[in-house]
Amino acid sequence: MTTIASHIVNAQGKVNGKRRQGPTFLMALPAVLFFGLFALVPLGGVLAISFMEWNILGSPSWVGTDNWDTVINDRPFTWRALTLTLIFVVGSYLFQAPIALLLGVFMAGQQKYRAFLSVLYFLPLLFSSVAVGLTFQSLLSPYYGISAALPFDWLPSDWLSNSDIVMYVMIFVVGWCFIPFHALLYQAGVRQIPADMYEAATIDGAGRVRQFFSITLPQLRYTIITSSTLMLVGSLTYFDLIFVLTGGQPQNAVRILPLDMYITGFSANNLGHASVIAVILVAIGLTMSLLLNKFSGSTKMESDKAGA
Amino acid sequence: MPHAASTESRIPTAGTALDPKQPDGGVVGLPRPAARRPQGRKTGEKPNILAGTLGWVWLAVIILPIYYIVITSFRTSQDLRANNQLIPSSQPTIAPFIRVIENDFFHFFFNSVVVTASTVAVVLALSLMAAYYIVRSTSFGGTRLFQLILLGIAIPVQATIIPVYYLIRQLGLYDTLWALILPQIAFAIPLSVLIIVNFVRDIPNELFESMRVDGAGEWKILWSLVLPMAKPALMTVGIYQALQVWNGFLFPLVLTQSRDVRVLPLSLWEYQGQFGIDVPATLAAVVLSAVPLFIAYVVGRRYIVAGLTAGFSK
Repeated sequence: MTTIASHIVNAQGKVNGKRRQGPTFLMALPAVLFFGLFALVPLGGVLAISFMEWNILGSPSWVGTDNWDTVINDRPFTWRALTLTLIFVVGSYLFQAPIALLLGVFMAGQQKYRAFLSVLYFLPLLFSSVAVGLTFQSLLSPYYGISAALPFDWLPSDWLSNSDIVMYVMIFVVGWCFIPFHALLYQAGVRQIPADMYEAATIDGAGRVRQFFSITLPQLRYTIITSSTLMLVGSLTYFDLIFVLTGGQPQNAVRILPLDMYITGFSANNLGHASVIAVILVAIGLTMSLLLNKFSGSTKMESDKAGA
Repeated sequence: MPHAASTESRIPTAGTALDPKQPDGGVVGLPRPAARRPQGRKTGEKPNILAGTLGWVWLAVIILPIYYIVITSFRTSQDLRANNQLIPSSQPTIAPFIRVIENDFFHFFFNSVVVTASTVAVVLALSLMAAYYIVRSTSFGGTRLFQLILLGIAIPVQATIIPVYYLIRQLGLYDTLWALILPQIAFAIPLSVLIIVNFVRDIPNELFESMRVDGAGEWKILWSLVLPMAKPALMTVGIYQALQVWNGFLFPLVLTQSRDVRVLPLSLWEYQGQFGIDVPATLAAVVLSAVPLFIAYVVGRRYIVAGLTAGFSK
């Protein structure tokens, strides 16, 4: 009797949705396996290899903290690479963030010509980083690029070979690639701002500049945080364009951490040292995004009220 | 492509990023209808000269390099050196394109298609299944798994490339297309699951229950309920990941070597060494490599734009 009764209860439970039956873990298993094997295992693996000696051909062997000791204490370039990375990250941010924000606001406007320009602004996103790299390599060449084409003597012709300016050139080219993406984020963000906020401000006599600082900027705070996180962590780990355009030359002037890791690992065949650099990169990246997350979390509650 | 893919270390807002209440299940993340747009200039308002100027200046910055590669790809090398480089050649030629095509361009193109199509297909299938499990699972497993997946978004691909290289060698897959497909599937899963979960969550419970009452098993529910309802999200995710894989450079650079398995971005890089001072041919290859995405952009601009900002914009 009791068994029958409990059956009935179960059946009813199901129908009422209280004890609904969900899919089995089998559904998620393939995704978990892929993600575990090729993403989580490598994450642990990079830490393990940082304690091993491995020149690409042989197999890795345990050497304790030797790699760490060498990379941090006996390799002056590590600190140089860190400094270069800092310059690149900060420089990229200062270049990209304001332009992306202004462009996004601009693109959100209703005017026909703005819609037309927005369509064209997207074009850089259609090119792979290698394509962009080759484009600028030609364009910045002293023999057949803009410096040869334009009659301005003051224009430098050694954009990519002058170690004093190549960092700024990289910041510009990387910005060229990514500003359109961030501008799209801001465009979408601006379009979420209720139009009546602007109407009210106009009635109160607030001008465009005032409206920008008092309405647009505060309302965009989430977009700003999202975009900033992507920009900062993105440029921290950025590799493609700098590799294609410079390969670290001239004089390692733009050999930021990801490039330093690649050259150390796959050109100099020292994967142990390269893994130390990779771990440092992961650590900085995770810290940075955690801090940004925290920062954004703390503003969340206020904004819910303000945005209402 | 955008750091977006590689560095997804993010993003507090990503979880709430998609607007679940999109009317008529439109494409995720598409701009809202005009009703809510601020700042449209009404008649009588004075034009914003400053903004207009900035807009046109930025257009010049964007267009100049693209203009340059297009006109240069229709030149001869001699022409490039002899005449002003910013003025189109008076005797345009398609010879550079022919040299690129004769250098196995379509072979590399085909490799890229194979890698992109298989990666995206598997990612969509696995992410949809995982999202269904995460949303509907009655145990704590679903929540745990979701937390793990969210963590995965923060893993920078660049920093794991060395162990991935080791793993691929050990599996005997080095220098095969598999070496490109398998890891890229793995790294695409977290963001894809995140976006799809946000969509599957909005399927009303009643629909699941009524299918259960009709005796449908979990696969049947996945196929006839979850899949059709999640279509807009799948489309967005598919476009986003396709762009990432199509333009990806680091995996092919590290995990492949021979000409047979070369994909387009790597082939561009190799063309540069191969053609040496043949700048028009190098740039013709650049132009050709962008043509498929350009066509896609012309045909389905709204979808491409939405796909690109998938999950990042409200």
